[in-house]
Amino acid sequence: MQKSLHIDPHKCTGCLQCEMACSFENYGVFNISKSRIKVFNFEEAGRKVPYTCTQCAEAWCLHACPVEAIKVDAATGAKVVHEATCVGCKVCTIACPFGTVNYVADTGKVQKCDLCGGDPACVSACPTGAITYVDSDWTGLDKMRSWAGKTDTQPRAG
Amino acid sequence: MGWTRKVLRVDLGKGTCKSEPLNMALAQQYLGQRGLATKYFVDEVDPKVDPLSAANKLIMATGPLTGTPASTGGRYSVITKGPLTGAIACSNSGGYFGAELKFAGWDMVIFEGKSEKPVYLSIEDDKAELRDAAHLWGKTVWQTEEIIKKSHQDPQVRVCSIGRAGENGVLYAGIINDLHRAAGRSGVGTVMGSKNLKAVAVRGTQGAGGIKDAKAFMKAAADAKKVLADNAVTGQGLPTFGTQVLMNVINEMGALPTRNHRDVQFEDARKISAEAMKEKRPSDGRAHLVTNAACFGCTIACGRISKIDETHFSVVNKPAYWGASGGLEYEAAWALGAANGVGDLEALQYANLICNEDGFDPISFGATLGAAMELYELGILTKEQIGIDAPFGSAQALVKLAEMTAQGVGFGKELGLGSKRLCAKYGKPDLSMSVKGQEFPAYDSRGIQGMGLAYATSNRGACHLRGYTVASEVLGIPVKTDPLVTEGKAGLVKAFQDATSVFDSAGVCVFTTFAWTLADLQPQLDAACEGEWTMEKLALVGERIWNMERQFNNAAGFTAKDDDLPPRLKTEPAKTGPAKGLVSGIDKMKPEYYKARGWDANGVPTKETLARLGL
Repeated sequence: MQKSLHIDPHKCTGCLQCEMACSFENYGVFNISKSRIKVFNFEEAGRKVPYTCTQCAEAWCLHACPVEAIKVDAATGAKVVHEATCVGCKVCTIACPFGTVNYVADTGKVQKCDLCGGDPACVSACPTGAITYVDSDWTGLDKMRSWAGKTDTQPRAG
Repeated sequence: MGWTRKVLRVDLGKGTCKSEPLNMALAQQYLGQRGLATKYFVDEVDPKVDPLSAANKLIMATGPLTGTPASTGGRYSVITKGPLTGAIACSNSGGYFGAELKFAGWDMVIFEGKSEKPVYLSIEDDKAELRDAAHLWGKTVWQTEEIIKKSHQDPQVRVCSIGRAGENGVLYAGIINDLHRAAGRSGVGTVMGSKNLKAVAVRGTQGAGGIKDAKAFMKAAADAKKVLADNAVTGQGLPTFGTQVLMNVINEMGALPTRNHRDVQFEDARKISAEAMKEKRPSDGRAHLVTNAACFGCTIACGRISKIDETHFSVVNKPAYWGASGGLEYEAAWALGAANGVGDLEALQYANLICNEDGFDPISFGATLGAAMELYELGILTKEQIGIDAPFGSAQALVKLAEMTAQGVGFGKELGLGSKRLCAKYGKPDLSMSVKGQEFPAYDSRGIQGMGLAYATSNRGACHLRGYTVASEVLGIPVKTDPLVTEGKAGLVKAFQDATSVFDSAGVCVFTTFAWTLADLQPQLDAACEGEWTMEKLALVGERIWNMERQFNNAAGFTAKDDDLPPRLKTEPAKTGPAKGLVSGIDKMKPEYYKARGWDANGVPTKETLARLGL
């Protein structure tokens, strides 16, 4: 079964444990400026929203890459940057409609979420279940269940 | 290592920023943040210094766990000599600023001297420079943060700043970071303002590395997070209700100081409680509370994000206040509410927003207003002097006087000096509900006896965060003790004070101690920090920090006489509730406490005590 990151902003508190876990997994250091998942704080609305690559089926970044440095991981379906091939041209960062591929000045390469090879560190780090890793075909399951629970609107007898 | 091993020394007089290595020998004795920065401070500053003179210094310090995934590992502290008290001042804040400072590569920043004109400090990793802040002076905290982010063209920069209160000499001005997180008490913002330092803007991209044993640390941090998640207070109570969960509880106990401590129960407590914040308002059908929120790294998330009622008289035609923003915590709700007898939740929220926007402590402000209202009711202060009728319970007076204090106009200037100076000026010094000049927080010493001793002996003046025996006396953490008796409280207060000194020096939040003991913190520190960090060593570090602060205060001129409570709490019995008929037993507890501390009858640490602690 293919799995996807599933993000529920309502559960996010803005603690940034996901960002620390991401940077630690990929760079061995707690450094949120190197995280591939970012939490956005919409202060006026009181909303916090974690955001990262959705692993598009037709991946613009992959098609835009002139040296084929972005490849599909057969096991996870993740679009993965192969650093040895990447030349740091940044065309993929322009091609991505969502801004989730970014250049890293320190390495001269681009980085994006690679689903940690199937065990995303952000998921384990999230204390509230705002980020989960679920069946790709059923990312709407929780929402369906929640709405299904509201269908019984008739007052109970007695 | 846990530490970045780098200290930034900023000479505001000369306009220089210099990097120096952290004294690692001291780090082994004082850990970090509160302990280590205070050690630097007492070594460099004359205890008799005028807090608002150029000779005073101000230190912003992170702890070894700041910027790590240890739960709540995002704290920083501000250490200076406080203008409200004349004692050591140490205020601690969450949000994201502290972690960013660490990520930029700094354990602490020491500000010395005074700038001729307004400046702010800009830090981008190793690069630190003072920049002109003429365009920021006179601006609020909220405006300052927005202007800096815009001019740096960097929405990821983190800012701490003072508002107009810190510029205008409000003696309990705080330093606000991330719009509504505060190093709030004792006037650390006043000192910052006296140095013409408006703000610190920091962007760090280096991260927190060099953990001694990363694998062991991740396991220890995960184990400790589980303890928080499984605990009823940190796992459910605080995220759901915030610290406001206490309002009804403390009121029921008859320990909710009301109308300047005349009463110990507030008839409108329920209206300003956590439960009320979650109820739908008649005006717009929405709840006051929008959501909870976490500071950096925090897996508790007690923070409140609220939206004020747009139809409330305080904000009609003021859309700037209509958005979601920092909501009422228990201490603020008490000080702005029960302490004045005001039961209007929306008025409390407005005053709270003003405190955040212009940077002053809602506890000291609310309690000072409570004293002013008593002076008004006694006929000593008049409507003409205050500028508005100010009986207990007046939401209009609360709102107007919060604005006047923020702006530094009219009677707001007098309120800005705190209750001790206000009550002395009008010939009623006994009506100031304070210790060492700092106002009490939200627990009455008659209904929770241990807190009376904790207040009287707190090194920064009356404070709940230096030895929170409420945990034991009310919540039964780690063991339940009877709040109405004095027996055993000396040892309890000492134990809480010493342990809290360690938590405040580690980079984590003291609210973890609703669930954690030192035994939960120790494995995280031991795995993260160079050297061996045993329980015995940490216990000694905590006690050492407490005694170091005490020595500074003693040298500053404080004596045993200052470890005392106002006469009202010792002579006017609680009128209602479980503590009815009781006064504080401070006079009985104090000598027991001195003995437990290894201090003489004058509150001075004995030679043996100092030797044992390596002081």
